[in-house]
Amino acid sequence: MSKYSLWTVIRNGLNGQQGWDRQWRDPEPRESYDVVIVGAGLHGLATAYYLAKNHHVRNVAVLEKGWLGGGNAGRNTTIVRSNYMMPGNRQFYEHSLKLWEGLSHDLNYNVMFSQRHHVTLLHSPAARDGAARRYNRMRLTGSDGELWDIETLRKEIPHLNYDNARFPIIGAAVQKRAGNARHDAVAWGYARGADMQGVDIIQNCEVVGVVRENGKVVSLQTTRGNIRAGKVGFAVAGNTSRLWQMAGFGGLPIETHKLQAFVSEPIKPLLDHVVVFGVGGAHFYISQSDKGGMVFGGDLDWYKSYAQRGNLPIVQDVCECATSILPCLGRVRLLRHWSGVMDMSMDGSPFICKTPLENLYLNAGWNYGGFKASPASGWFFADLIANDRPHETIQHYTLERFHRGLILDERGAGPDPKLHG
Amino acid sequence: MTNGAQDPIRNFTARAMLRIHCPFCGVRDHSEFTYGGDASIVYPPLDAGADEWHDAVFLRENVRGLQSETWHHVNGCRMWLIVERDTMTHEIVSVRPAHEGCATATSGDGKGEGQ
Repeated sequence: MSKYSLWTVIRNGLNGQQGWDRQWRDPEPRESYDVVIVGAGLHGLATAYYLAKNHHVRNVAVLEKGWLGGGNAGRNTTIVRSNYMMPGNRQFYEHSLKLWEGLSHDLNYNVMFSQRHHVTLLHSPAARDGAARRYNRMRLTGSDGELWDIETLRKEIPHLNYDNARFPIIGAAVQKRAGNARHDAVAWGYARGADMQGVDIIQNCEVVGVVRENGKVVSLQTTRGNIRAGKVGFAVAGNTSRLWQMAGFGGLPIETHKLQAFVSEPIKPLLDHVVVFGVGGAHFYISQSDKGGMVFGGDLDWYKSYAQRGNLPIVQDVCECATSILPCLGRVRLLRHWSGVMDMSMDGSPFICKTPLENLYLNAGWNYGGFKASPASGWFFADLIANDRPHETIQHYTLERFHRGLILDERGAGPDPKLHG
Repeated sequence: MTNGAQDPIRNFTARAMLRIHCPFCGVRDHSEFTYGGDASIVYPPLDAGADEWHDAVFLRENVRGLQSETWHHVNGCRMWLIVERDTMTHEIVSVRPAHEGCATATSGDGKGEGQ
């Protein structure tokens, strides 16, 4: 497989686009691998990529029950930011944002990362004080953040509802390095990058059983035969509990909930930023894709579900939010909406950790935050698997943190998974 | 739900909006309710050890399939209910009051004539 460059673009432009190879192989599963990652979503693919690149572990398979990019990789609102405050989360998401900044060059694949600013609207002095505390913390730990007053905000985004909003806008908290990226390209880029280094990406291969012996995983039973593994990593958002039970364990601090996302018909350029609106029970985020569609989302569907389809009350709720802050969207038609299932954890923070089985590693519990986290998630998960010890940054992303009272509850919502949106 | 299977539009609506048969108020949209959580969780005695409390507060089976769960009819009779629902298909198999003292309501036909 060839490296992409300006030269390959010109050459294939002149020969009728005949010279492109397929981007990754479609190999048959082998009998045995050093490392098997379950789940070829963004986290699994990134893990395989960094295992090969950073740790030179290349005898790796990534198993995917469906097709690559068919799960939450293709079901999100593509927002990338690092405005987290809790120790641990702060460093982790900042590391992720830095990886995003170099990702297209690193992967030799344009993930269309666009640092278009992440603008959180503020509606009260208390909210402004809270944002000042959070964004000051970000600046003190090597990130960027600023507060905009109403005049600056009006100049940047003139068509918000400034005049008769139920909750008047008084300003905004802004992270300028944040933005969004092309979600499919991230999956394809990581898949191609991993494949080029020898990783086997095996699609249509569902894990149906975990064979364990003497406190270790020996092999995985799949729909394409048994695969022996030196080490196994789980990276299957939404279905972590099922796999966990296949491995012989019981409960996890995770519930599976579904989150919807929406896209409108394409319109002319309207919104240059990612805008977030959350006051009085509302929860809403919106940006405009490069094709012109308004991409937005809001709350979970509020009840546990493994079904990848959304309910109607949330459609209404989210569209009400859209028209309340951007009244000009009132006559824009909704093109489609979709729903993904996610691991909602008991404190809203993820798990990248070892497990009671010696050679089994867990990557789970990403709540709403999985897309932005995927580069760092793969980076630290690969580091954990290769070195068999957690990096300092992810030392609290364990299952034991609830035992020890070290919960990472960024929102302060308590142990109710559906509240950690 | 069974009739809905033949009718695509009704089928879509049934899946997009759960309809919960409250034993006190009758069949209502789920938007009148709030979701509680896994009803199989039983809290241990107050003097139980930290491990038992940890398991009850933080660990979940997270069933894919039929699970027993609590719902609060917060915009209706305000009663807590136990609903048996399939978390994959959303089909509701049974609904009953969460508290034993209210059990007589289940003997009614559930069309608003409960208590």
